Amino acid sequence: MKKLMLGNEAVARGLYEAGVTVVSSYPGTPSTEITEFVANYDEIKAEWAPNEKVAAEVAFGASFAGARSFFGMKHVGLNVAADPLYTAAYTGVNGGCVLAVADDPGMHSSQNEQDSRHHAIAAKVPMLEPSDSEECLFFTKKAYEISEEFDTPVIIRLSTRVSHSQSLCLLSDRDEISNKPYVKNPAKYVMMPANAKNRHVFVEERTEKLRAYAETSPLNQTIDNNTKIGVITAGAAYTYAAQALGDNVSYLKLGFANPLPVKLIENFAKKYEKIYVIEELDGIIESHCINLGINVTGKALFGYLGELSQEIIADKILGEKLPFDEFSESVPVRPPVMCAGCPHRGVFYALSKNKVRVSGDIGCYTLGASAPLSSVDTTLCMGASVSGLHGMNLADPDGASKTVAVIGDSTFMHSGITGLVNIAYNQTNSTVIVLDNSITGMTGHQQNPSTGINLKGDVTAAVNIEALVKAIGIKRVRVVDPYNLAETEAAIVEELAAPESSVIISRRPCALLQYVKHIPALEIVVCNGCKMCLKLGCPAISNKGGKAEIDRTQCVGCGICSEVCRFGCIKNGGVN
Amino acid sequence: MIKSIMIVGVGGQGTLLASRLIANVLQNKGVDVKVSEVHGMSQRGGSVVTYVKYGEKVTSPVINRGEADIIIAFEQLEAARYVSYLKKGGKMIVSTQKIDPMPVITGNAFYPEEIIEKIKALGIDITAVDALESALQAGSAKASNVVLMGVLSKVMDAPIEAWMKAIEECVPAKFIDLNKKAFDLGKNI
Ligand code: SF4
Ligand code: SF4
Repeated sequence: MKKLMLGNEAVARGLYEAGVTVVSSYPGTPSTEITEFVANYDEIKAEWAPNEKVAAEVAFGASFAGARSFFGMKHVGLNVAADPLYTAAYTGVNGGCVLAVADDPGMHSSQNEQDSRHHAIAAKVPMLEPSDSEECLFFTKKAYEISEEFDTPVIIRLSTRVSHSQSLCLLSDRDEISNKPYVKNPAKYVMMPANAKNRHVFVEERTEKLRAYAETSPLNQTIDNNTKIGVITAGAAYTYAAQALGDNVSYLKLGFANPLPVKLIENFAKKYEKIYVIEELDGIIESHCINLGINVTGKALFGYLGELSQEIIADKILGEKLPFDEFSESVPVRPPVMCAGCPHRGVFYALSKNKVRVSGDIGCYTLGASAPLSSVDTTLCMGASVSGLHGMNLADPDGASKTVAVIGDSTFMHSGITGLVNIAYNQTNSTVIVLDNSITGMTGHQQNPSTGINLKGDVTAAVNIEALVKAIGIKRVRVVDPYNLAETEAAIVEELAAPESSVIISRRPCALLQYVKHIPALEIVVCNGCKMCLKLGCPAISNKGGKAEIDRTQCVGCGICSEVCRFGCIKNGGVN
Repeated sequence: MIKSIMIVGVGGQGTLLASRLIANVLQNKGVDVKVSEVHGMSQRGGSVVTYVKYGEKVTSPVINRGEADIIIAFEQLEAARYVSYLKKGGKMIVSTQKIDPMPVITGNAFYPEEIIEKIKALGIDITAVDALESALQAGSAKASNVVLMGVLSKVMDAPIEAWMKAIEECVPAKFIDLNKKAFDLGKNI
C-alpha cells in the first residue's frame, strides 16, 4: 500500500532506502523535516550541526571515509555551505554524497527569494528537481547512483510546495550498503593548486558526461499529447501547469535541473508550433533555450516574482479565469506575531521604550520589527546582527550607546560567535543581547548546541554561553529574566552606558515548549483605558471599545502586561 | 473529478491536525490524495491555509481562487479573507470564533462586522457553528479543530469508523477520548 508522505519525509525515506548512514543538517524552513524524519531511523547517524557549512563538511568527510552521506538546508543555507560545496565539486566523492536545498518562492518564511539552481551551475554539480513526494523518494535514491557513478556531489532541489505537500509514496526496503574502502589519494582529495588544476579538467569532462546522461535519463520526461503547444517545465511548476493546461499541451518535464539536456530540448521544441517555458523564480531553462536558438515564451509572461499557480498559468496561456465571489469589505491583514508569553517581548518593549537602534537577526525575534513594538531596524542574514553592529559602531561611534544587536541562542551558535570575536578583537564599544530561549524557535523547536540535547533526544554537552563570551574577551556579561521588565530595562540602560563592550543574556525558555509550566492566566480587574498593555503586541490582549481585554485561552500569565499597566489593573497569576 | 477542501485559520489553531485527519480518512479510499501545509513563520499567529485535494490524479497540491468545493474556516475573519477561493456553488463551514489580528489590536484596522451574514448575502451556502463552545464542552478549547471535522463529516462521503481510526492514528493517546467526544459534538450540531 502507498503511504501519504510529506515531500521532506519522502526525501528522508529515500535516504533510508539508499543505505545512507551519516546525515548532518541545520534547520531552516522549508527543509527542516527531512532531518527530523531521518532521526527516526536507527540505522542513520543524524545530527543538527551548528550551521550549514559544518553540516556540509561533516557529510563530505563521511563520504571521503566511504559512507553514503547527506546534508540538508534551506536556500540561504546553501550560501553558507557554498564554500565546501564548490571545492567538493572538484574532489568528488568516495561514498555517495547528496544534499537537499529547499527554495522558498513566495517567501513564506524567508528573507529572500534566491534560486538555488544558480549554485548548481556555478559549482558545476548535477541538480535534480522532483515535483512531488513520490519523486522525492525516487530522485533521492537515484541521486546516490549518480553521485557514485559520476564521482560528484548531487543536489536535490526542493521548494516549499514540494517539501510541505503530502502525496502517496510506494516504500521499499533499505539497501544495506557497506562503506567504500578508504584509499589515501591526495591528488583527488588535497585541493592545493597543482591537484586542483587537474581536478578542474575532470570537472569539465564530468559535466559533458552528465549532459549526455541527462539526454536519456528517465528523470526527464516527455508527455506528448499531440498538440500545437509544447511546455517545458520542472518541479512544482509542472504540477500547476498540468492542472491548468491538462492534455491541451504537451510537456517536457525536466527532472534534471543541471546540466540541462540539449538534444532532448531541441527535438521537443521542433515538434510544436509554440513553446512555453514555465519555471518558478529565475529564467534558467529559458536562457538555456535561447542559447540554443529556440524561440520560447516564459518570463515575459510569468515574471520573476513569487510562486506560480494554475490560476496564473491558465490565465496567461489560455486566457481562462474561474468565476468566484469576493468579500465586500477590506479584510485586515493578519501578519505573524510573537506568541503570547514569548520571552522576547519584554526585551523589545524595553528597547522600543528607550528608542534603541536594533541590529536584528533571523528567528522568531525578527517579529520584533512588527508594530506595535517596531523595534528591529535591520535584518540581513544569520549572524549579521553582531557583525553589523560592529560596523554601525565603527561608522558612528556616538551611536554606540543607543544601538544593540539581538540574536537568538541558535543563531548565535550558527554564526554570531565569530562576529563577537571580531567585536572583542577590533574593539568597538558594542552591546549584544543574546535572546536565549533554549531552542531553535521559528523552524519548529529544534535543539542546538546550547540546549544540552541532541537531535536524537539524548542529553549531551551544552555550550555555556556566559563562559564562551568571557573566553572571547568580553568582560561585562550578565543574565536577565525578560519576564522581569524592570530588571531587563535597567540592564539594557546600564550596559549601553558602560565604557566597554557587553553581552546581556536574556534567558527564558520559549513559551511554546512543552516543559514550560504555564501560570494561571491574568485578568484585567477594571481597565482604566491607559492602553499601555496594548503596546506590548501580545496577541492575548485585545482592545474592546477602548478597554483592554485578556483572552484567557491564549494568555500564559507571563505577567509583563501587569508590569506596564499604569493603574495596576491587571491581576492574578504572577511569575514563578 | 478532483475534490478540493481548504482549511483556513490562525497559526496555532490546529489546522494542520485537521488536514491530517482528512488525509488519513481519504488515504484508504483508493484515490489519489495531496495535502499542502504551511510551516514556519505564519505558524506564529499569522493567517494559515492548508489544502486537501483528492480524486483520480491530483497534480497541483494547492487550491486557487474559484476552486474549493469546501472551505472550513476556523475563524470568521479568515472566512472572509478566503471566500474568493470557493467554487461557485461550493460550501463553507465556519467557526464563529473571532481572533483580532495585530492591526486591529493596535487600532490601525477594523474587524468587519457581521461577516457571516455578509458571506450569506453573496449567495454562499455557509454553516456557522460555535466550535469553541463545543470544544470546551468536550474538555479543551484546543479541540475546536476536531469539532469542525465532525461538522465536515456530515458533508463528506466517508464512514464514521474511518474518522475514528484517523483520530486514533493522528492524536496523542491521552487526548483520543477527548477528541472523539469533540468530533461527536461537531457531528451532532
Ligand atoms: S515560538 Fe517561542 S520564541 Fe518563537 S515567538 Fe513563540 S514563544 Fe517566542
Ligand atoms: S500575562 Fe499579559 S502579556 Fe503575558 S501572555 Fe498574558 S496577556 Fe499576554
